[in-house]
Amino acid sequence: MTSQLDRPAPTEGSTGGLIVNGAPCTLLGIRANATALDWLRDRGLTGAKEGCAEGECGACAVLVARPDGDDRTRWTAINACLVPAASLDGQEIVTAEGLGSPTALHPTQYEMAVRGGSQCGYCTPGFVCSMAAEYYRADRVAAEIAPDEQERDHEHGPNGFDLHALSGNLCRCTGYRPIRDAAYALGHPDPADPLAERLTRPAPPPQRTHVAAPDGEFNRPATLPEALALLAEHPDAVLVAGSTDWGVEVNIRGTRAAHALAIDRLPELRTVEVDDTVIELGAALSLSEIERLLAGRVPLLAALFPQFASRLIRNGATLGGNLGTGSPIGDAPPALLALEASVVLASVAGDREVPLADYFTGYRQSVRHPGELIRAIRIPLPLAGITAFHKIAKRRFDDISSVAIAYAVDVTDGVVTRARIGLGGVAATPLRAIATEAALEGRPWDRATVQEAAAVLRREGTPLDDHRASAAYRSAMLGTSLLKLYAQPADPGRQEADA
Amino acid sequence: MSTLSDRPRNSVVGEAVPHESAALHVTGRALYTDDLVSRTRDVLHAFPVQAPHAHALVTRLDVTPAHAVPGVVRVLTADDVPGVNDAGVKHDEPLFPSEVMFYGHAVCWVLAESLEAARLGASAVVVDYEPLPSLVTVTDAIAVASFQGAQPHLERGDVEAGLDRSTHVFSGDFEFAGQEHFYLETHAALALVDENEQIFVQSRTQHPSETQEIVAHVLGLASHEVTVQCLRMGGGFGGKEMQPHGFAAIAALGATLTGRPVRLRLTRNHDMTMTGKRHGFHATWRVGFDGDGRLQALDATLTADGGWSLDLSEPVLARALCHIDNAYWIPDVRVNGRIARTHKTSQTAFRGFGGPQGMLVIEDVLGRCAPLLGIAAADLRRRNFYSAGQATPYGQPVRHPERVVTAWDQVLTTSDFAARTAEVTAFNLAHEDSKRGLAITPVKFGISFNLTAFNQAGALVHVYKDGSVLINHGGTEMGQGLHTKMLQVAATTLGVPLPTVRLAPTRTDKVPNTSATAASSGADLNGGAVKNACDQIIERLRTVAGGRLGINPADVRFEGGQVHGVGDPSACIPWAELVRQAYFQRVQLWAAGYYRTEGLHWDSSLMQGEPFKYFSYGVAATEVEVDGFTGAYRTRRVDIVHDVGESLSPLVDIGQIEGGFVQGAGWLTLEDLRWDTGDGPTRGRLATQAASTYKLPSFSEMPEVFHVSLLQDAHEDGVVYGSKAVGEPPLMLAFSVREALRQAAAAFGPPGTSVDLASPATPEAVYWALEGARAAGTKAEHRHLVEGSHLVEGGHGIVPAQPGPDAHALHPISERWANGEAADAGAAGAVDDESTGPGEHVGAHR
Ligand SMILES: Cc1cc2nc3c(=O)[nH]c(=O)nc-3n(C[C@H](O)[C@H](O)[C@H](O)COP(=O)(O)OP(=O)(O)OC[C@H]3O[C@@H](n4cnc5c(N)ncnc54)[C@H](O)[C@@H]3O)c2cc1C
Ligand code: FES
Ligand code: FES
Repeated sequence: MTSQLDRPAPTEGSTGGLIVNGAPCTLLGIRANATALDWLRDRGLTGAKEGCAEGECGACAVLVARPDGDDRTRWTAINACLVPAASLDGQEIVTAEGLGSPTALHPTQYEMAVRGGSQCGYCTPGFVCSMAAEYYRADRVAAEIAPDEQERDHEHGPNGFDLHALSGNLCRCTGYRPIRDAAYALGHPDPADPLAERLTRPAPPPQRTHVAAPDGEFNRPATLPEALALLAEHPDAVLVAGSTDWGVEVNIRGTRAAHALAIDRLPELRTVEVDDTVIELGAALSLSEIERLLAGRVPLLAALFPQFASRLIRNGATLGGNLGTGSPIGDAPPALLALEASVVLASVAGDREVPLADYFTGYRQSVRHPGELIRAIRIPLPLAGITAFHKIAKRRFDDISSVAIAYAVDVTDGVVTRARIGLGGVAATPLRAIATEAALEGRPWDRATVQEAAAVLRREGTPLDDHRASAAYRSAMLGTSLLKLYAQPADPGRQEADA
Repeated sequence: MSTLSDRPRNSVVGEAVPHESAALHVTGRALYTDDLVSRTRDVLHAFPVQAPHAHALVTRLDVTPAHAVPGVVRVLTADDVPGVNDAGVKHDEPLFPSEVMFYGHAVCWVLAESLEAARLGASAVVVDYEPLPSLVTVTDAIAVASFQGAQPHLERGDVEAGLDRSTHVFSGDFEFAGQEHFYLETHAALALVDENEQIFVQSRTQHPSETQEIVAHVLGLASHEVTVQCLRMGGGFGGKEMQPHGFAAIAALGATLTGRPVRLRLTRNHDMTMTGKRHGFHATWRVGFDGDGRLQALDATLTADGGWSLDLSEPVLARALCHIDNAYWIPDVRVNGRIARTHKTSQTAFRGFGGPQGMLVIEDVLGRCAPLLGIAAADLRRRNFYSAGQATPYGQPVRHPERVVTAWDQVLTTSDFAARTAEVTAFNLAHEDSKRGLAITPVKFGISFNLTAFNQAGALVHVYKDGSVLINHGGTEMGQGLHTKMLQVAATTLGVPLPTVRLAPTRTDKVPNTSATAASSGADLNGGAVKNACDQIIERLRTVAGGRLGINPADVRFEGGQVHGVGDPSACIPWAELVRQAYFQRVQLWAAGYYRTEGLHWDSSLMQGEPFKYFSYGVAATEVEVDGFTGAYRTRRVDIVHDVGESLSPLVDIGQIEGGFVQGAGWLTLEDLRWDTGDGPTRGRLATQAASTYKLPSFSEMPEVFHVSLLQDAHEDGVVYGSKAVGEPPLMLAFSVREALRQAAAAFGPPGTSVDLASPATPEAVYWALEGARAAGTKAEHRHLVEGSHLVEGGHGIVPAQPGPDAHALHPISERWANGEAADAGAAGAVDDESTGPGEHVGAHR
């Protein structure tokens, strides 16, 4: 964190400043690599806290005004510790301080305070921001509640509150029950509430930004051609989308970008196109946006999203970033491999399309050239009939996979006509389980086939021992996964609960 | 009934009020130590240089390259220390080490204009190391007898005779992991040199007085030259009891050397790699039961993994030994304890302070043996409860043993235990791939510091002329609601509404010589002191009011901000008016309060006495569902009845119970401290050193249905307003989760399968446990000796390791001081360090 004494040379470039809690603020003088959290705290807005600096705890959560279609706004909670302050140029931010004050508490703050939702209080401002985002969600509607307490949907409140909205916030003190009760006790916003009223107008557009500071440069171009030209000029530039991986690099590994190129708001990377043969997903849409825009259209992705990180992270994280990082334990690649997706790479030379199965070449290595960025992901249609995403992790909400297995299987007249299985966490790159697919295809979809194929799957890849899981467990999980798919086929809620 | 515990009608204590800082918390206005930085001018930032070896000598330290980094102002090394280069109370924790004792040990600290510059400066410092052999696991240490500190021995009766009487004898061993505190706020200190060279340190510390003492001894100053303030902490859990001192000392040293405020704040990775954690333990045991499953004898040796220095390991171990009985009567007992010295962070206090580790051993024994005895685990536990007239192995009579029975029966009823047990059985018959388990476990936990001297506290209460009240006490606030309770106590004693009372931050220049806010004792001790101060003021005001109302002062009542005669509320004097009148009559309107817990005595060399004021009791029943494909599980329902005496503040107490339970469940099921035990260059490195790899319970671990009730009619005589401590005991209610998982895993095997379950019981661990149960099904005849299991039945059992002839008993110098053995103690003190008095040694034991 910088202090007032961290007197960098005056920043050059163009920033318009941003609005924090309704007040305009300048970004002049910032470091190019400074995080939004450090920037806020240096300004004396110390409500947002640092609990981990890697997107895991949510103590740093703040609200940003993001587009909800063309003419509405959605208050979106993000991890301030991960995003560069410069990336918020031109945006509107609300922190816990801006939601309410001790004498005029916001409804989320009131419910948290009176129900014992805070003990030490350190996680609280972040929880309040995540909760407020869900409070203002326009499509939150009251749900039916089962009379039997045990059989209720424990992840939705009677007021329609989705508990997953809080999945990226950790609390070490309360045990969560009072926080859940606070969330489930919320009413709906008064239309005169200024933040509710703000939803009815368009979100601030992205702002072309250029920061040149002693620690590096930050650029936000306005269009794809501009971005590609900059990338051609600085092939070593770091592309920054949701910054959910890049922010961790900066904070935990101390990496600094000489050139950072923000691409998360490029309009060309933010569309969903569906025709008869393909679904094309813009690489810079956040996973939350894709989730909403697809609305279950791709069941395998619908099964994946709730298991991917947390709501806070999904509000930033993009598919382009997930593939761009190329982690062997990333969750999108196994699913996209099973869907036989391809990647559209763009550069000043134009677009090229590469099947995802050919994309990864080694540990965090790919066929993408410097000067190229991922513009879109294409998923061919029609989709398979049986799909599932099995994520093996220590914790159910917000954990990294030790093994991930994605299935897209077609069964016609009791016979497996096509099987595509993507694996994560079992090799240096995400993999297709080719041998297992072969052991299934053309065979009857029955217990005998499944057991034989499960034995093949168990031997796929070369899993390692690490702190997440032993190699033996990883192999065992490969071995049981297909049996589980067979025993509990189309029951995504269940798979989610058990994975 | 004592006046201390006597609760007036309509008292403010007992009201379910929100946390006193709740409105500040939720609006982001509550200030924590590091929030003060942006309000302070000219701050320097500190960053450590961490050693990349588990054990090594520092052969060369070259700080000059750091000075080439723009913004670097100074590098602090051992040469800069004017006083004692030590951060502990045992004189085994050099602040700037010449011998690296764990991977990540800080060898020096860089101060710079910005954190960024300090970080870059730290990476520029050149350090040469000579690596030395290291011990990373507790079993490594046991193998070469690397022990440190005392080896306490607790014995009652004759275990051999007890085992002779037994129908069943089992022996086993069990190694279980520690736990990272993961308070959301990492360690931080902000130090500056105030007027007249007074050192002022803002520190997030549970033990401001000890932070003050250590800062003073590092700087070579007297205690009165150092002031420590703690506004509040973002969680403590014991992790800020001993650990903050060194960081405060670094900041203070930097401030004295540069004349500028110095801020030190650990990143999460720093905090996880540099600060102590809950001790993992290794236990070997043999146990005897009679034909009905009644415990006859227990012989156990517990080895705590202490890490590189003693820290609080001795008292943690003592408490573990004192809690191995949990709620069970065991006639013949022998327990030995030792502390392994390993090249890891120095393990320290953590909610429960050894108690959970001791209790985990007996709960594990019962959970493993129940199927082998053919007795339902719930029945086995219930059958062995203490009854009236029995005493613990260390000789303390167990008062109110009926409370655990009451709580147990209440949980059985409210959780519908019998019907749900049948449902679970039916579910398990109907489902091949998933199984449920429902378990119920008790908690009995001793309240007071084991070390008698710590059971004292002070408070300062001011009544201003306008009637407003400001209180100050020696306890610190870390989210446990202590300040809320103290405000309620003061309002109750003074008979004023809650808003009349305000609380000032904890500072060593207000209340001196405080004990750590620890051992769950914060409200008992400080509440006693606050009440005592308020009582003094009330006694004085009583005379004034009696005169004004023309009644006997003894008949004056203070209620709701009004003062009137008993039975005559019509003639009232408003509180503020009375106060004003008292001022003009020159009546002292402030008081220093003091409290000491009566009736305690303890001889730690014999491990005998009555160290606890009372026991806290609780019972929990938990139902889980386990997926047979993966070992993943969900907590379906939890029912708890817990004894907090007559609650001072029910919202706070319920919060402590729920939060403690979930934290305990985290320790036992999810939180996985993994050190690199390989022989590569990162040997000894903590592999799970971040939130991304060390997983805390999140919303997904919250019990889906969670019922918590306070035990009724539980007035505790002799404690402030009839209440009981609540901070630590509920953590151990989480044994019910672990036992439910064990039962669910067992259900994958044939009836009577005894399951060994690793701790933490991660999904992977549960998977291996249920695979073990399935395997038992395929060779049922061997199920008393499951392959790979360390549980053995028969004979006289396998005798656990006994202490060596050179083992010395726990006998803290402070205890000898208290007993008037000053000469002896002074001599011993001189051996440790001539410059230190007994006060500093007191800190080492609790
Ligand atoms: C707390 C937490 C939990 C997480 N949990 C999961 C999880 O459950 N599963 C999972 O798979 N991942 C997880 N991640 C990782 C991360 O969220 C994902 O990889 C995410 O998809 C990255 O997207 P982003 O937009 O934030 O990428 P960024 O951080 O912006 O970028 C990541 C990398 O990709 C490059 N990049 C970004 N966009 C493009 C593009 N269009 N073309 C080419 N290169 C590009 C960047 O240059 C950078 O190197 C988690 C991360 C955090 C912090
Ligand atoms: S600080 Fe933990 S998520 Fe940002
Ligand atoms: S209240 Fe302390 S971490 Fe949530």
